Amino acid sequence: MRADSDLLVDGLRRPQGEARFQKLKLVAVPLAALVFQVWVPLAVVYLGYLELPLLVVLYFALTRRRQIASLLYGAAVGLSQDALSHNPIGMFGIAKTLAGYFAAAASVRFDVDNPVVRFLLSFFFYFFHQFLYWALTRALLAQPASFSLQQALMLGALNGAVAVPLFHVLAKLLGRG
Amino acid sequence: MELLTHRYRNVSVLVAAVLAQLLLLGYQIRSREDVPLVRVWAVTAVTEVASLLESAGAAAAAVARNYLWLIGVRQENERLRSELEGLKLENQHLRAELARAERAEALRLFQARTPSRTLAARIIGAGPVLNSKVVFVDVGSRQGVEAGMAVITPEGVVGRVRAAYPVSSQVVLLTDPSFAGGVISQRHHVQGTLKGKGVRLCTVDYIQNEDKLEVGEWFYTSGDDRVFPRGLPVGPAVVVRRGKLLKEVLVAPSGLENGLEEVLIVLEGVHQPIPAETPPAVSTLHLLPPPPADPMRATEPAGPAASLETDADRLRERYRRIGEAQGHRFGEGLPGSPPPDFTLEAAPETPAPWSGPEKPPAAP
Repeated sequence: MRADSDLLVDGLRRPQGEARFQKLKLVAVPLAALVFQVWVPLAVVYLGYLELPLLVVLYFALTRRRQIASLLYGAAVGLSQDALSHNPIGMFGIAKTLAGYFAAAASVRFDVDNPVVRFLLSFFFYFFHQFLYWALTRALLAQPASFSLQQALMLGALNGAVAVPLFHVLAKLLGRG
Repeated sequence: MELLTHRYRNVSVLVAAVLAQLLLLGYQIRSREDVPLVRVWAVTAVTEVASLLESAGAAAAAVARNYLWLIGVRQENERLRSELEGLKLENQHLRAELARAERAEALRLFQARTPSRTLAARIIGAGPVLNSKVVFVDVGSRQGVEAGMAVITPEGVVGRVRAAYPVSSQVVLLTDPSFAGGVISQRHHVQGTLKGKGVRLCTVDYIQNEDKLEVGEWFYTSGDDRVFPRGLPVGPAVVVRRGKLLKEVLVAPSGLENGLEEVLIVLEGVHQPIPAETPPAVSTLHLLPPPPADPMRATEPAGPAASLETDADRLRERYRRIGEAQGHRFGEGLPGSPPPDFTLEAAPETPAPWSGPEKPPAAP
């Protein structure tokens, strides 16, 4: 079994140093994440705390390492998530656009194969995403949304812990890690 | 320009993407219009998959159960074990079916009893926003559902339809922070606005500190919001306390107490009066009839102090005693007949001795 770094090196050897995800998988994986977020919490309420669409965007950005592709991917996933929410379309879109962009920018500075780094980056970007969404809700929608720092930190740790094995699964699924 | 397109290409695209979404947001907020096409695509795609998954899950459970039975045919020992497993699963399945049938029956009975025209629906998905209280149901505009319709259960109000798509609808629960609706209390008819807080309890705003309201008093829909028909139960007040200007009232929504699986969407609402008694619990909890009256207590006359709740009651009781002491019978004298002398104090009805002036009772 090859290490993630070998796969990454293989990816960098490819033309333009990019990974080539199949188009179907690019659509199917975030769709599955959205279905998970909508359907699974009905059976297990606590799984509603997982922000799988964000983790998919982060995985894409950290492995793809292209800022434009990552921000566009984040925007597409975020806008789809917005369409399922009861808020105006664009809230999740902006949050995930920025998360995708900065995650791709961070991926060239950190060893993203390291599980600890993956955990920390996922933790940080979850917190960043939630804070940004809260700020947009208050600033643009003028809704009395509350931001619980303790809850955000705990859920950031939870999502970071889930991100580590999830990235391995996505690497197997998409042939790239 | 070349500098912008090459050196700052990444940042330029980022700014353009964020700006485009901000403009989209601004358009929606200012015009109060939605982007229906995007929502229809996304909701249809996701809810269809979610419906398929739910059906597939039930089918997979059935196949797994049958598989356990087939395995049991091969070896006796395994058969017995798997039979036990199968029976356990079947037992669980039947229990679930029984519970579902009971809920469906309660829903059907309620649907037949309520004067409003309703449509039964099943919850098939939850909203993606953390702390938001939004669900998807499996009926949509093809079945006549429209945005703004009320969503209820026999236990009480659940929420309202936010958007109706062809095969599904989005429902905002009354615990969502964006929810608001008019309510009225059962006993004192105090009106307020029910608002979600994102947690289990809701608040009722705009109730004056001077208004009388008790813990345990039920709230019903007032019908003023033109969404919910008047007279639907909302829930009992669990916290009532004085605030700076307005009362702080928390209500436990009765419609969400037993979880949500099936709901009714009110297609045509009919206003009903606020019931005089607390709504009967739809749950299967069996209650004994009230105990028979105590014969010893039944012969005792009710003391006047039991009904003396207000100053007016006490004043009326005092005048009654003064009138009786002077032999006057209220309601029988002709116009112009002399009234009792209210300046003379009557004897109290307690065993205490008469302390007022000695005056013979006046002739009637």
